[in-house]
Parts: sequence; structure tokens; C-alpha cells
Amino acid sequence: MNIWIAIGLTAVGCYLAKLLGLLVPAGVLERPLVQRLAALLPVALLAALTAQQTFGDGRHLALDARATGLAAAALALVLRAPFLVVVGSAVVVTAVVRALL
Amino acid sequence: MAEQTAPPQSTGGPGTPGTGTGKPDAAVVRDALGVGIAVGLSGFAFGVTSAGSGLTLLQTCALSLLVFTGASQFALVGALAAGGNPYTAAAGAFFLGIRNAFYGLRLSQLLALPRALRPFAAQWVIDETTAVTLPQPTRRAARIGFTVTGLTLYTLWNLTTLVGALGAEALGDTDAWGLDAASPAVFLALLAPMLKSTTERVTAGLAVLLVLGLLPMLPAGVPVLVSALAAPVVLVLKGRRGSGTDRTLTEGTTHTKDSR
Repeated sequence: MNIWIAIGLTAVGCYLAKLLGLLVPAGVLERPLVQRLAALLPVALLAALTAQQTFGDGRHLALDARATGLAAAALALVLRAPFLVVVGSAVVVTAVVRALL
Repeated sequence: MAEQTAPPQSTGGPGTPGTGTGKPDAAVVRDALGVGIAVGLSGFAFGVTSAGSGLTLLQTCALSLLVFTGASQFALVGALAAGGNPYTAAAGAFFLGIRNAFYGLRLSQLLALPRALRPFAAQWVIDETTAVTLPQPTRRAARIGFTVTGLTLYTLWNLTTLVGALGAEALGDTDAWGLDAASPAVFLALLAPMLKSTTERVTAGLAVLLVLGLLPMLPAGVPVLVSALAAPVVLVLKGRRGSGTDRTLTEGTTHTKDSR
């Protein structure tokens, strides 16, 4: 049930955000501070999510196979690999390291 | 190193206004299909991750059908898997979805859709459709780009979500296959093209410190929300140090992950 609540809230919230941009007259959201905050918010959230899902284990910090997988993904990004290759390399390296350890 | 030497053709993003006027429809369709297919296939990673996090097939598919904005979907599933309550989990996903409102703002001027059509078009207002649509030179090209990208991506993303969720059930323990690394890799891939200037890098660094420092202290899901404060904090600090070096507005507003 909790999961359905979360899905419902996220679906409604995300849809309204999308619709808002199409409906409001230009100018309302065009203030520089609002725009810069909106651009920077995903940066903070994505960085935090990356770190949490790489080094978080419940409420503890852990250094495990996921970190090597993420390093592989970072390398793939530097080499400008396509999106699927980036994700795939993280998965494969994590699985291999986990099997070896 | 490759980053510096590679030709700057990866853009097609909103920073670059379209040159040339009469872009043929076929070229627009080709651009749109390329992005739609490449990204649409990655719904597979979402399906696997979501099912591996303990969501049912129906819940996983409902997320792709109804939420349809990848980062928010991954964030929600990750927060639930970590034991977060539904409200903090949904809040994190919603914050990530706010950027779509700003995409919609730019798109609505370009597409000039009839009001009755906007509630239907809204679901497709995401990073990829924006990245394809904004650089188009004409309204006709913009509408074709938006529609073809949206339709391709929506169809494929949902199909591959279903396949991924079914596949995860067949795989059993998804962690043994390293699939728990898919989600952070997706976030990193979305983040990388956004780290264009010092402002973005400092924000990202501060957010990482906040989330890792707070993780042992706060309930699941909350540290990520608190780390979002890195954005206003960096803006305030930057504002204090003088605003002479601000980039132009248009550059600062539309971060799209068109390279993915």
C-alpha cells in the first residue's frame, strides 16, 4: 500500500510539473534566481543519489563492489560511451568484482 | 582526455540555435528516432532495477506509464528499496521532476500547441524531447521532433520496462548480477553533462558530502532531500562573491542530457 501511495504522489506531482510549464504564461517562471535554482537542483539531487546508492547500505556507509562498478561507469563517460554502455559496464564490473571477492 | 579532443558534435542541445532554415522533415525524424530509440531501450535497466528493489510487475509498469521521467523513477525506487517512507521517497522524485516545468515553458513558446492539446502533450515534456525539439529551426520541425521523440520514447520505454521487470523475476537475486549498480550509474550518466562549470561541480561535491555525512544520522530518504539544499547554498555563496561572471540565462537554464 505504501508503495502505491508513493507511486500515486510521484505520478501526480511529476505530471503537474510538466503541465505547469506548458500552461503558465511566459514570464512567471522567468525570474533569473528561479531559473538558476531549477537548473542547479537536479545537479545536487543526482550527485547525492549517485553517492547514496554507491556507498550507502541502509543507514551505514559501505565500500564494496558497487564502487568499482561506478568507477567503470565514470571511465565510460569520460570515453564518451553511449548511455547503455555506461550503465552496462557498471553492472558487469560490479558483478565480476562481487563474484571474485 | 577524450573529452577535450572529441569534436563538439554531441550537442544538438538547446544551447545551439538551429542554423539553416528549411530542415527537411526526414532529417528531423531521424534525429528524433535516434534519441528515442537509444534512450527508450534503457527502460530495460529501470524495469530490472525496480523489480529487483521489490516492486511488483504492475507497480513497475505503472511508474513508467504514469511518471515517465527516468531520474524520478529511479530515485523513487531506490528510496523505497532503502526503506524510506512513501512521502520522503515521493518528495525526492518530485524535486527531480521540477525541471520539466522549465522545459515546458520553453517548449510551449516553440510548439504553440492549442490549449486543449496541452494536457496530453505534457506527459512527454522531458529531457530528451526538449533536447530534440529546442534546436529545430521552424515550428513545423519542432512539432515533428517533439512528437516523434515523444511517441518513440514513450512506447519503447514502457515496453522495455515490462521486459526488464519480467527478466528480473527470471534472474532471481539481481544483486548477484551487479544490477544494483545500474541505478547509480544512470544517475552519474545524467549528472555528467550537467557539470559544465565550477558552480555545478561545487554543488555536486557539496551534495555528496551532505548525503554521506547525514546518511548514518537521518531516516532513509531524508539525507537526499537535505542535500538538495546544496543548490541554494551555492547560489547564495556565489551571489555574495559578485555577480559579474554570471553566464547568460539561456545557458544556465536548460540542462539536458541529450548525450545519453
